[in-house]
Amino acid sequence: MASAAENPAEYIQHHLTNLTFGQHPDGTWGLAHTAEEAAAMGFNAIHVDSMLWSVVTGLVFFFLFRTAAKKATAGVPGPLQNFVELIVDFIDDTTRTIFNYQNSLIAPMALTIFVWVWLMNFMDLIPVDWIPTLAAMMGVHYMKVVPSTDPNVTMAMAFSVFGLILFFSIKEKGLGGFLGELAFHPFPKWLAPVNLILEGVTLIAKPLSLGLRLFGNMYAGEMIFVLIALLFTGGVAYGLLGGLLQWGWAMFHVLIISLQAFIFAVLTVVYMAQAHEVDEEH
Amino acid sequence: MNLNWTMVGQTITFIVFVWACWKWIWPLLINAMRERQQAIAEGLASAERASKDLELAQERAGDQLRAAKEEAAALIEQARVRANQLVEEAKNEARVEGERLKDAALVEIEQEVNRAKEALRVQVAALAVAGAEKVLGESVDANRHSQLLERLAAEL
Repeated sequence: MASAAENPAEYIQHHLTNLTFGQHPDGTWGLAHTAEEAAAMGFNAIHVDSMLWSVVTGLVFFFLFRTAAKKATAGVPGPLQNFVELIVDFIDDTTRTIFNYQNSLIAPMALTIFVWVWLMNFMDLIPVDWIPTLAAMMGVHYMKVVPSTDPNVTMAMAFSVFGLILFFSIKEKGLGGFLGELAFHPFPKWLAPVNLILEGVTLIAKPLSLGLRLFGNMYAGEMIFVLIALLFTGGVAYGLLGGLLQWGWAMFHVLIISLQAFIFAVLTVVYMAQAHEVDEEH
Repeated sequence: MNLNWTMVGQTITFIVFVWACWKWIWPLLINAMRERQQAIAEGLASAERASKDLELAQERAGDQLRAAKEEAAALIEQARVRANQLVEEAKNEARVEGERLKDAALVEIEQEVNRAKEALRVQVAALAVAGAEKVLGESVDANRHSQLLERLAAEL
C-alpha cells in the first residue's frame, strides 16, 4: 500500500490520477497536485506518466527488435532473432491473410501496434503499488504506469489509424470515389443523405471502437487490480484472499493484454484493407 | 476522461515508432527470413535432387555389378572349358610322349638284344674255333675259315 492512512476511495482515486503537467487556471505552469487541479487544467496539460511509460515501452520494443534486426542473418538464428522472428512471422502471416494489396507500411505498423500495445498493457501486470510507491519515495505523487489505461494514448493511436484510413481511402479511390462510397451505399443513390449518415457513423465508429475497446479493457483490468490490492489492508485473511485473487486475475489478464493487443493490430489491418478496397459496383 | 496534449504527444510517438519499425526493423527481419526460406527451399530441392541422383547411381551400380557378375561367370566358364581342354591336351600329349618313349625303349632294347646276340655269336664262333682247334689238334686258319665261321655264328 502506498500509505495505510488513505481511505479506500482516496486510494482508488490516487491510482486513477495521472501525473499531469499543465497550465493552472491562474496561468502558471506546473504539476497538478490533486485530481481536481488536473481536471481544471483542461486541454492545456499533458500526462507525464503516460508519455513516459509509452515512450519507455516503445523504446523497449524498438531496441529489442532493432538489435535483432541488425544482427538478422539468413543463417542459423540466435535466441533473440528466433523470438523476434516468431512474432514477425505471426504478424506477417496475419497481415497477408487479411491485407492483399501492395503497401509496405501495413505489416510493420501492425507489428509496432501489436508489440507496443502488448508492452503497454503488460505494465498492468506489475503489482499496482510498486512503481507508484517508488515514485512517491522520489517525491512524485502520481504515477499511473499503464499507458493503455489512459484514453489519450489509446485514442491517439486510434485516430492515427483513422487518419491513415482517410489517407489511403482517398489515395486508392480518389476523393470522389471515397465520398461516393459513403453516399451511394448501401441504399440507392436517391437515398444519399441516409447513406451518408449510416456510412458516416460506420466510419466514425471505427476509431472510437478501436480506441475505446482497448482503453475500456485495460482500465477495467487496472481497476480490478486496484480493488484487489485494497484487500491487502484488511488483515491476514483478506490479504491471503487478495493474493489468490491477484494471482488468478493476473493469469487471466495475460490473455486479455495479448488479446487486446492482437485485436488492435488486426483491426488496424482490416481497416487498412477496407481503405484499399476499390469496389467496382458503385 | 481528461483529453489533453497527451493525445498529440502520443500521436507523434506513434508515428515515430511506426516509421522507425517500417524503416529500420521490418525490412531487415523479413528479408533475412525470406532469404532463409529461399535457402531452405533450395536445400530441400537439392537434397531431393541428390537422393534422385543417388537412386540413379545405385541403379547404375547395380546394373554394372550385374554385368560384372555375368562377365565374371562367363570368364569362369571359359576358363573352365579352357582348363579342361588343357588337361585333355596334356593327357594326349603325355600319352603320345609315353608311346613314343616306349617305342624308343623297345627299339633300344631290340638293338641291345641284337648287339648282345652279335657279341655272343662272335664269342661262340671263337669258342667253336677254339674247340675245333682242340679237337683237330691244329690251328684253324681263322682267315681261311672266317666265312664259314660267320655263317655258323649267324645260324646261332
